[in-house]
Amino acid sequence: MMLKIRSLDAGYSNLKVLKRISMHVKAGEIVTIIGANGSGKSTLLHAVSGIIKGKSGEIIFKDKQINNYTAEKIVYLGCSLIPEGRQLFPAMTVKENLVLGGYILKSKNKKINLEEEIKKIYTLFPRLEERKNQLSGTLSGGEQQMLAIGRALMSRPDFIMMDEPSIGLAPLVVKEIFKTVVSLRKDGKTILLVEQNAKAALKIADRGYVMETGNIILEGTSEELLNNHDVQRAYLGKDYKNIAER
Amino acid sequence: MNLNIILQYVFSGITVGSIYAVIAIGFNIIYNTTGIINFAQGEFVMLGGMIAFSFCKVMPLYLAIILAVIITGIIGSLLELIFIRHLKKPSVLQMIVITIGLSIILREIALHVWDEQVRALPFFTGNETSSVNILGANISPQVLWVIGITSLIVIGLTLFFKYTIIGQAMRACSENRNAAGLCGINTKAMVNISFILSAGIGALAGCVVSPLTQTTYDMGTDLAIKGFTVAILGGLGNSSAAVAAGIILGLIEAFSVSIFPSAFQDVITIGILLTILFIRPQGIFRSKQFAALKEF
Ligand SMILES: Nc1ncnc2c1ncn2[C@@H]1O[C@H](COP(=O)(O)OP(=O)(O)OP(=O)(O)O)[C@@H](O)[C@H]1O
Ligand SMILES: [Mg+2]
Repeated sequence: MMLKIRSLDAGYSNLKVLKRISMHVKAGEIVTIIGANGSGKSTLLHAVSGIIKGKSGEIIFKDKQINNYTAEKIVYLGCSLIPEGRQLFPAMTVKENLVLGGYILKSKNKKINLEEEIKKIYTLFPRLEERKNQLSGTLSGGEQQMLAIGRALMSRPDFIMMDEPSIGLAPLVVKEIFKTVVSLRKDGKTILLVEQNAKAALKIADRGYVMETGNIILEGTSEELLNNHDVQRAYLGKDYKNIAER
Repeated sequence: MNLNIILQYVFSGITVGSIYAVIAIGFNIIYNTTGIINFAQGEFVMLGGMIAFSFCKVMPLYLAIILAVIITGIIGSLLELIFIRHLKKPSVLQMIVITIGLSIILREIALHVWDEQVRALPFFTGNETSSVNILGANISPQVLWVIGITSLIVIGLTLFFKYTIIGQAMRACSENRNAAGLCGINTKAMVNISFILSAGIGALAGCVVSPLTQTTYDMGTDLAIKGFTVAILGGLGNSSAAVAAGIILGLIEAFSVSIFPSAFQDVITIGILLTILFIRPQGIFRSKQFAALKEF
């Protein structure tokens, strides 16, 4: 088991967002979380990555209870978050961003050669190599997302959480990002994917959860969710008539 | 005014200006990792001079200076650990009050440890009467020490922030603290290092300048205001601009002596500070575009 969450309550200073959330991700899976704006998807990822602390319940990552771990420590365990809005270091170059992604490798082993790791990222996204000396704040949206993924991969995580990687990108670029997600799983990574683009996410995922106002209201295999009428109506953009006709 | 005198003014302007620049860089380092303006920055300069003065009676000068830098660095680290670290989301006003409070405490402690006597480290080479001739102007070799060591500080810091992983991690903290945490960077440790660094370079500046300007327990306030003016003039957080701004302020002060009575020096500084704050708060060197992509 990669991640197991048991009746987690969490939120911000005086706002309770997550209500008794329980879910899990098995090693090697792609799991997606879909839900409307403000339903608490990002909050859930923040709680797992240690940016906010849960109030009650349990977060177990690779058999360790990580409720009280700091964000830094959780990265060391091999759990990496690609946050909503990319959150790059805008006045630093593409390469510097990647180097910082490898910060924990460097602190685990002073002699490690980050150049080799960076080369691997460049093979995955050749576009980043072309722009390695450009300030990341001046990259296009698609390039920034590639860099955000690349920076997270630099820490060699086993478990990657992605918060809306396709937001604001052109369809072709979205396709490329999703292809990358699938290829990462082939490389043995486990992925938790939060997406507005529910259809595309369910197509590549094994399982999914549907969130609404801080609760998980539905879970199932991707196929089950794709065929679920409520999901179709609320998240896949099919209208009533279409569904009724079938 | 003949060329000779002009050169004298230029050198004295560059000398004090480079000290202001180092203090401004100290402000910037802490500001960049924390968003805090540390008004105790001037006290680090004072502590450097005072501690080195005490040690240099029992050991070679260079050792006394190294020890002073290390001890002041430790004091900076402790200040952060004790007074700053545990504050959760402090407001700007809180931080101003706290750092001004710290500067007062440090000054009072210095008064008790060293009393109010004026002290000075010995000249690094020669004595107060020795001079070197540069382009016809006679200047103290200590001036060259000040310019040389402050240049080394600036170059060293630039390399540190550009090429070392810790320096890059500190820049990452200044740009996006959350994202830095997500990279596994211990952001609290980086804040602590920024206090050590600012205190250390402040102390070093306090040592090199001590033979020329003397060291007193209450010199910090004045220096903090000058350094702060320079930091604002260059654009808060922008250290290469602080060097230029420091030298500009130093030159203005030096030349103003030939026009106004020297008592007006501080008035000129405050005047510049207020003018900049009113008409160009992002600093004179910083374009809007540059301000959008914040950089050391
Ligand atoms: N830093 C914060 N402080 C206080 N409240 C917050 C904070 N971040 C999010 N919230 C609130 O928590 C709730 C859940 O937000 P969250 O970002 O988790 O939603 P989301 O499902 O990710 O939405 P979206 O699809 O728009 O990204 C919202 O009501 C939001 O206003
Ligand atoms: Mg979100």
